[in-house]
Amino acid sequence: MKKVLVIALALAMMMTACLAFAEEAVKVGVIGPLTGANAQYGLAVQRGAQIAAEEINAQGGLQLEILAEDDQADGELAVNAYNKLLDDGVNVLLATVTSGSCIAVSDIAYEERVFMLTPSGSADVITEGKDNVYRVCFKDSAQGTASAQYIADHGLATKIGIIYNNALDYSMGIYQSFVAKANELGLEIVAESAFSDDTNADFSVQISQMQEAGAELVFLPIYYTPASMILQQANAVDYAPIFFGVDGMDGILGVEGFDTSLAEGVMLLTPFSADAQDELTKNFVTTYMDLYGETPNQFAADAYDGVYALAAAMQAAGVTAETSPEDACEMMIAAMQTVEITGLTGTMHWDATGEVDKTPTAVVIQDGVYVGAN
Amino acid sequence: MKHMKKINKTFASNLITYGMVVAAFLLCQLAQSGTLEWFKMSRSLRGQLVPICVYIVMAVSLNLTVGISGELSLGHAGFMSVGAFSGILASQLIAAAFPEASLELPRLLAALITGGLVAGLAGVLIGIPVLRLRGDYLAIVTLAFGEIIRNLLNCVYFSIDGSSFHAGFLNPSLPGKLLINGPMGATGVEKLASFEAGFVLVIFTLIVVLNLVNSRSGRAIMAIRDNRIAAESVGIPVTKYRMMAFVTSAVLAGMAGALYGLNYSTVQAAKFKFDTSILILVFVVLGGIGNIRGSIIAAALLTVLPEVLRSFGEYRMLIYAIVLILVMLATNNPAFKAALGRILPHARRENSLKEADKA
Repeated sequence: MKKVLVIALALAMMMTACLAFAEEAVKVGVIGPLTGANAQYGLAVQRGAQIAAEEINAQGGLQLEILAEDDQADGELAVNAYNKLLDDGVNVLLATVTSGSCIAVSDIAYEERVFMLTPSGSADVITEGKDNVYRVCFKDSAQGTASAQYIADHGLATKIGIIYNNALDYSMGIYQSFVAKANELGLEIVAESAFSDDTNADFSVQISQMQEAGAELVFLPIYYTPASMILQQANAVDYAPIFFGVDGMDGILGVEGFDTSLAEGVMLLTPFSADAQDELTKNFVTTYMDLYGETPNQFAADAYDGVYALAAAMQAAGVTAETSPEDACEMMIAAMQTVEITGLTGTMHWDATGEVDKTPTAVVIQDGVYVGAN
Repeated sequence: MKHMKKINKTFASNLITYGMVVAAFLLCQLAQSGTLEWFKMSRSLRGQLVPICVYIVMAVSLNLTVGISGELSLGHAGFMSVGAFSGILASQLIAAAFPEASLELPRLLAALITGGLVAGLAGVLIGIPVLRLRGDYLAIVTLAFGEIIRNLLNCVYFSIDGSSFHAGFLNPSLPGKLLINGPMGATGVEKLASFEAGFVLVIFTLIVVLNLVNSRSGRAIMAIRDNRIAAESVGIPVTKYRMMAFVTSAVLAGMAGALYGLNYSTVQAAKFKFDTSILILVFVVLGGIGNIRGSIIAAALLTVLPEVLRSFGEYRMLIYAIVLILVMLATNNPAFKAALGRILPHARRENSLKEADKA
């Protein structure tokens, strides 16, 4: 019995080893939560990156191989995954998916000179002072500022309420920058209410607080799962302000058992919407649906664009599979600032700070689909 | 004469434990230096050396509470987080106070000491109400305390602005550079931890724990574990000794936390949730409750195992769980124990003693 088990294990190991042995392709390392509570984000990134890599490989020329490692959204495991990927000989990183582990990895990558492009790590500190760390998504503070600006410019409301997750760095970052900008623009914040991951099932307290303060617009810098519950519970008490979200809200129409009519009139500021009618998005959504049976979200789109950006920079810099990560790093830094790509999340280019320059678009949900709000 | 023999036996057993740790350290150093062509360490394993040391200290210190003192504690990660954050603060403050000097070693030492002291203080505060409880109640309350610590740390803010130091709670706006930023945790931490420091901490922990266990106090602690009423009746102050074990365990966990915090550029309170406490308890249970050497081996192996299993891709955690179950079953299997007994007569004797205890 024991022998059989040992042989089976050895065979399984050999098989994985054989599969990993592919032709000379530039190896792109992806680190993200592929298991655990945040697995949907990591898997979306892995899948989006895989689709982009296959498209690029099909064109001939530059060949890419995506190596994904699991970090369960934990800094310690992310560092382990980073070391494992470098053991496996990756050239550049498309990492990491979540902010906390991204901060941990980016500091090491900066010291050891490994180029990294984060698809979705949005905390401000990830790129600060690191010349080799770039980002596809908007940083948290940019989202908060842009949201406040949009609300003021369009005169959506004067009395604003905010419900945020005070145990989530993403939510706190956007919340803080939103409040700062709102104060500057003279928007009146009438109510603020926090929840944490441990109490994200019942929002009646937060909703009644918003209602009593007479908030005309409720800003929700949170992910879509709690947001869908807030919409449901607000509807149950006949409270219907304008709900305004950010990119984490994308995906709300896909929540199982969620009545999409409740999201009617919800506005969100996001660079990607799966319902956009341009050719690129339509193709991507179809491919993703065929392969994985679900609608791609923001994370998948960010990863898809990230791989294209990396490929463009690799081609410009002449990075090949033989380039060591240290050499590739310097070459990519120079090239990254010259590339301009039009992807799923808009037309983007990068400056020396590592921040992306692209236009956030506001969408409003009408009849169960996103419609441009401008 | 018999007494002498006993002392010699514990001494020999302790010597094996120390020898094992020192030998492992020397082997790792050799592999790291890469002097031998065929004996080199992968990057992946090198990156795990400090966490392995940290988890060994965590497991050994929890074993002091669970195995030696017999209290089921489910909040050990809470002490680790207190140690991590206070240790990081201490090292950052020293760096801010003396911007010119490079004080890596003193800063690391200060961080470890501060982490241990603050966690010990938390241990005293928690111990006063908690140690009035027993068994399941104690487990639940320590669990709750672990969660309280984590949630409090999610709301704590510290910043440094030139030479002035600011602290705040629940989303304040502080001037200067944020050292600890609520749910985002401590960021921009300078990596001061090293494998050597980890090794020294493991040895320190072993000295403290093994000496405590084999001392008069240790015997009192174990007497309370085995029969509280009998211990009380012979005049052993129960609360004092339970507290001693609990606080020592907290101090060591705090030091491990400080080392852990200084090994990564960022630490978030969310890391030290209930799962981490359970993970450490798994190390202790798998290594054998009350068995210090077992804790060391279990902590080291189980920290490395998930990384070794990475080649299994998405089935990794499934296989990890299966391995855990198999090891649990195997180590509790009488046939396996008998086989082990044939190889190690010493182990058989201990086992038969334990069986006799049960009967």
